[in-house]
Amino acid sequence: MESTNQERNYLADGNTVGSWLLTTDHKRIGVLYLFSILFFFVIAAAAAALMRLELLTPQGDLVLSDTYNKLFTIHGVLMVWFFLIPSIPAVLGNFIVPLMIGARDVAFPKLNLLSWYLFLLGGCFAVHAIIIGGVDTGWTFYTPYSSAYSNSHVVEMALGIFIAGFGSILTGLNFIITIQKMRAPGLTWFRLPLFIWSMFATSVILVLATPVLAITLALMCVERLWGVGIFNPKLGGDPVLFQHLFWFYSHPAVYIMILPGMGVVSEVITCFSRKKIFGYRFVAFSSVAIAVIGFLVWGHHMFVSSQSLYAGMVFSILSFLVAIPSAIKVFNWTATLYRGSISFATPMLYILGFIGLFTVGGLTGLFLAALAVDVHVHGTYFVIAHFHYIMVGGMVTAFMGGLHYWWPKITGRLYPEKWGQLSALILFIGFNLTFFPQFILGYLGMPRRVYEYAPEFQVYNVLSTAGAGILGVGYLLPLVYLLWSLRYGKRADANPWHATGLEWKTSSPPPKHNFTETPVVTEDAYHYPPLDEKGEGHA
Amino acid sequence: MPEQKSIVAEQFDTAEQQSEAAHLGMWTFLATEVLFFGGLFLAYLVYRHFYFDAFAAASRHTDVLFGTMNSIILLTSSLTMALAVFSAAENYRRSVTRWLSLTLLLGAAFLVVKGFEYHKDIAGHLVPGPTFDPALPSQAQIFFWLYWTMTGLHALHLLIGLALLTVMFFLARRGTFSANYHTPLTLAGLYWHFVDIVWLFLFPLLYLVQRHL
Repeated sequence: MESTNQERNYLADGNTVGSWLLTTDHKRIGVLYLFSILFFFVIAAAAAALMRLELLTPQGDLVLSDTYNKLFTIHGVLMVWFFLIPSIPAVLGNFIVPLMIGARDVAFPKLNLLSWYLFLLGGCFAVHAIIIGGVDTGWTFYTPYSSAYSNSHVVEMALGIFIAGFGSILTGLNFIITIQKMRAPGLTWFRLPLFIWSMFATSVILVLATPVLAITLALMCVERLWGVGIFNPKLGGDPVLFQHLFWFYSHPAVYIMILPGMGVVSEVITCFSRKKIFGYRFVAFSSVAIAVIGFLVWGHHMFVSSQSLYAGMVFSILSFLVAIPSAIKVFNWTATLYRGSISFATPMLYILGFIGLFTVGGLTGLFLAALAVDVHVHGTYFVIAHFHYIMVGGMVTAFMGGLHYWWPKITGRLYPEKWGQLSALILFIGFNLTFFPQFILGYLGMPRRVYEYAPEFQVYNVLSTAGAGILGVGYLLPLVYLLWSLRYGKRADANPWHATGLEWKTSSPPPKHNFTETPVVTEDAYHYPPLDEKGEGHA
Repeated sequence: MPEQKSIVAEQFDTAEQQSEAAHLGMWTFLATEVLFFGGLFLAYLVYRHFYFDAFAAASRHTDVLFGTMNSIILLTSSLTMALAVFSAAENYRRSVTRWLSLTLLLGAAFLVVKGFEYHKDIAGHLVPGPTFDPALPSQAQIFFWLYWTMTGLHALHLLIGLALLTVMFFLARRGTFSANYHTPLTLAGLYWHFVDIVWLFLFPLLYLVQRHL
């Protein structure tokens, strides 16, 4: 079991259930999160599959309005709070952040474990709410429908999100302190890998935005339980206040769901083009800029919610401004590729897909930030397509890329490369086939959140459903071959990609305390020398 | 208890790094608390602006005597808390427990006074809903809805603070804290002061503003 002079790797350090459930090792907690979010992803994806099947035909034949409302609520709630928000931060972030900065663990390992339990407890409430009948408010819980009229299990679902939210807050807090206080000697802010900058910006949002969601949902529940409150216009309450509070969290939350993905892109793109990132400081500060400006744009969700025209104009301008740091990133990644020694390994394919899909999502975001255009496409499939290009085309693709990139580090095994490349390709094709027709549908006027539609929209809906099938294969394949690789994959050495970064300086999988001795950093990130004749890099 | 037990957790290199991390962690947590209460303060601001007269009428029904008493009690408790931390830093171990027990007492006194006040409020039909005092304008219900949620949430935080200080009291009695190591006590103190500061905003907003109108 134990090699002679080395600490056992973290996977071998205890095989009992208790050693996993009571672990404070950030790597094991990352793995626990991976399996938990996979569980929620499967339920939420099944809900999406049912919706796409229903939308094959214009009339309601598979499900009717009531069930359909519950399906999109399940899909939204689980995907946002129980898959996307914890995806890169809690899985890859937990695993990689301490390794990347040369620390033995996060600053507060017990709080880290508590985060997972809070997440799981919140998830139990959410799943229970679904089993006993579901919720039909949509993931946005707009009042007064949610607080006075809906006959579904709103309180229980909100409670689940409330509890899981505290898990998110603690994760964010842990990362902020860890990154501030636990960096290895010599690892100054401007030597940090850009994934760390992204995670730091994400954590600031997690910590400052999530409490507002918590109080908002709590107030909505109190109003529902006691029959009086501040969001119901019957008493003089203002439902728009709910929307302001909700989007004050939920718009920054969109950046929780994209910034970590951008961090993964910076890691992967430098490694597989063997080049230093172009414009390190611009990419680093654009993460901070996105986090800051992201707090000031929430009103663009409310252009048609009786918000004043002047407020609308300010929110519109600010929303345009977010495009600048996002574009800086895309340009800098592209410039990094220029004259690089590019290899199309699986993580790189995913990440190149990310850049294309994120660009489409970002540009259509500009349409929606424009006041007049938004009035035309508000509440249509155009919006659905836009944010799926960011959330799925962007974040999920980046998550897949990151998962493949760090898979050898996490498991000590290599995945089968050809299958990986094929899956990345299938994902890209399936995604575009699913969501591009929805831009057209939305522009033509098909509203979101409906189970039946005018017959002239059918051809696009059929295309979309067919795409969803392909997309499903793109998710299933990696699930199969990644699990297969746990047993049959080739063993990975410490640094299979010849990458820079401290996480590659320790063995795969890393020992329990990450490094046998604390590394000292003497150079900038992404110091990639050119490849030699055999195609090998010497980092 | 052995006095110089190892107090540095395995993920830290030095006691100093550990203490800095813990302090920063507490301040970050307090920042989340500010945002948590922030939603309520925003709601107060919006409705005070919408329903100025109803809020003025409603605020005359809160009990300014109880409120003032509680403000004095809580401010004093912050002083005794600060003295407890100071005593630990100066190695006056006996006074640490003394100041802590006084802080606990004052915190409990706040809750007792608040309990009497709640009792009076209920008797005075100030709970929003069907039993609400019909003499008040209907939007005064929004004021009292906020009053109950804000003071209730504050009382909950105070209760958590009391639990935290009870733990600190027993730790102090075992002689855990010294001039070299009193981070948990300092952090509990920070939390306690935060709860105090929230009250310092609630008191003028709910009891004082527009009382004279």
